[in-house]
Amino acid sequence: MSEQLQAEFQAAFQAEVDADGRIEPRDWMPDGYRRTLVRQIAQHAHSEIIGMQPEGNWITRAPSLRRKCILVAKVQDEAGHGLYLYSAAETLGADRDELLDLLHTGRQKYSTIFNYPTTSWADVAAIGWLVDGAAIMNQVPLTRCSYGPYARAMTRVCKEESFHQRQGFEAMTVLANGTPAQRQMAQDALDRWWWPSLMMFGPSDGDSPNSAQSMAWGIKRFSNDELRQRFVDATVPQAEHLGLTVPDPELRLDPETGSYAFGEIDWTEFYAVMKGDGPCNRDRVRNRVAAHEDGAWVREAAAAYADKQARRAAA
Amino acid sequence: MNDTALDTDLLAYTLRLGDDCLVLGQRLSEWAARSPQLEEDVALLNIALDLLGAARTLLTRAGELEGKGRDEDGLAFLRDEPAFTCGLLFEAEGGDFGQTMARQLLVSAYQLPLWQALTASSDELLAGVAGKAAKEAAYHLDHARSWVVRLGDGTEESHRRVQQGLEEVWPYSFELFERDDVVARLVERGVASDPDLLRPVWETTVTEVLKEATLEVPQTTWHPTGGRSGKHLTSFGYLLAEMQHLHRSHPGARW
Repeated sequence: MSEQLQAEFQAAFQAEVDADGRIEPRDWMPDGYRRTLVRQIAQHAHSEIIGMQPEGNWITRAPSLRRKCILVAKVQDEAGHGLYLYSAAETLGADRDELLDLLHTGRQKYSTIFNYPTTSWADVAAIGWLVDGAAIMNQVPLTRCSYGPYARAMTRVCKEESFHQRQGFEAMTVLANGTPAQRQMAQDALDRWWWPSLMMFGPSDGDSPNSAQSMAWGIKRFSNDELRQRFVDATVPQAEHLGLTVPDPELRLDPETGSYAFGEIDWTEFYAVMKGDGPCNRDRVRNRVAAHEDGAWVREAAAAYADKQARRAAA
Repeated sequence: MNDTALDTDLLAYTLRLGDDCLVLGQRLSEWAARSPQLEEDVALLNIALDLLGAARTLLTRAGELEGKGRDEDGLAFLRDEPAFTCGLLFEAEGGDFGQTMARQLLVSAYQLPLWQALTASSDELLAGVAGKAAKEAAYHLDHARSWVVRLGDGTEESHRRVQQGLEEVWPYSFELFERDDVVARLVERGVASDPDLLRPVWETTVTEVLKEATLEVPQTTWHPTGGRSGKHLTSFGYLLAEMQHLHRSHPGARW
């Protein structure tokens, strides 16, 4: 392609993005835009399927049939989100098997939050309330992302995430108003999930080198710190409503702005977990790889059967 | 027969149906995040959810018939092993994906005509549950059928594995068609479906699927039984321990 043509395509692409239009799979797009999206969508998909583990962990032990059904439906939704997102990545020329391979070999990441253990039932409630709450803050702006298939997948994902968040808060409400042991369980879960949830928004703006480019491309709409602040402002009053204590002695409401000031995040922990040294990194990847390898014979059988059927149809 | 006797039979029958659904729903949900591909995580959890949904309605109804104030959770979480009346096929361990699909084929080939027949039950609640469950069971059967065929007629390994899984679960299928006094009386009253009518339908479905899958119908003289009278497999105690532990650790708590 001539340089002049390239420049024209580039200008048309940027004009479409700037006008809040949608880039579709067959449209021209810069290589960097495609690579950034594939990486981001894949990591999002990986987060959905790895995220099935910490909660799936409690399905067989759920304390009531109603909670069991809700949790089964939620984990099923997460598998479904993984499917939409891998499909969205495939519209950019990626391949689901290759992306899974990148996950299995540690060359692509998933959200650090799923490297923390779910040691009590209240963790299931806390994940719904806090983790899905933070995910919604991050994801609602993505429904307006410049890349059409991703934006449309996110519209559906966000609707379901909103149910997940509400059921989490409702489950937490029951625990917070329950027996002393249940209340203790709820507070303990908030203590353990609060800071990792704040980390879900990623590094502070000053340490987030790719953010400016993603904003220019209409992939990202708000900065990490803006979204984190919104989450804190929305969630602290909910914790107060539950009668639970947010584990941050520096938390203060600024009466003028209506916003909360909060303590410093332990970024050393964040980077350690991201690099593989969180409590559950090894387990999560090992379980995922085991499921994939244990299922290889099934996928091979399905492919072999499809081949036989095609040959029979041709004969 | 007086009303009290009718309720006892109906209670026993409703509880059996509810326990079947509960226990297989629990077994299938063990696959969460472990299945061979994402599509199967969705499918297996969906089937689990259908079964658990039916179980909730049936156990709630059983609690009402019993009249001792036990709700669905009281029955699911606070009964001990001998009080459960699920069939052995429903509680049998899933093994690998081939065995899980073989179990599901045998179950769904039974549940589809069972629920279809129960839509005409003189018991209004059973007829209502059956109407919804029959539609769901048709999907479950379709799913299991397509996997058993793919695995049976797929690779040498998949053929060997699904045949082996089938051999494991097959003996538990005989119990499904037992006709004890409870069932006999309820068939007479137009409440229960007649196992003698279900058996040939089941055999036709299963035989056809196995033929298409190039699998052998297992030959066995072992016909284990006991689930309906509370005599379960060793593995069932572990299933209950896992399922009931949290609920029992917090007596009287709401969730």
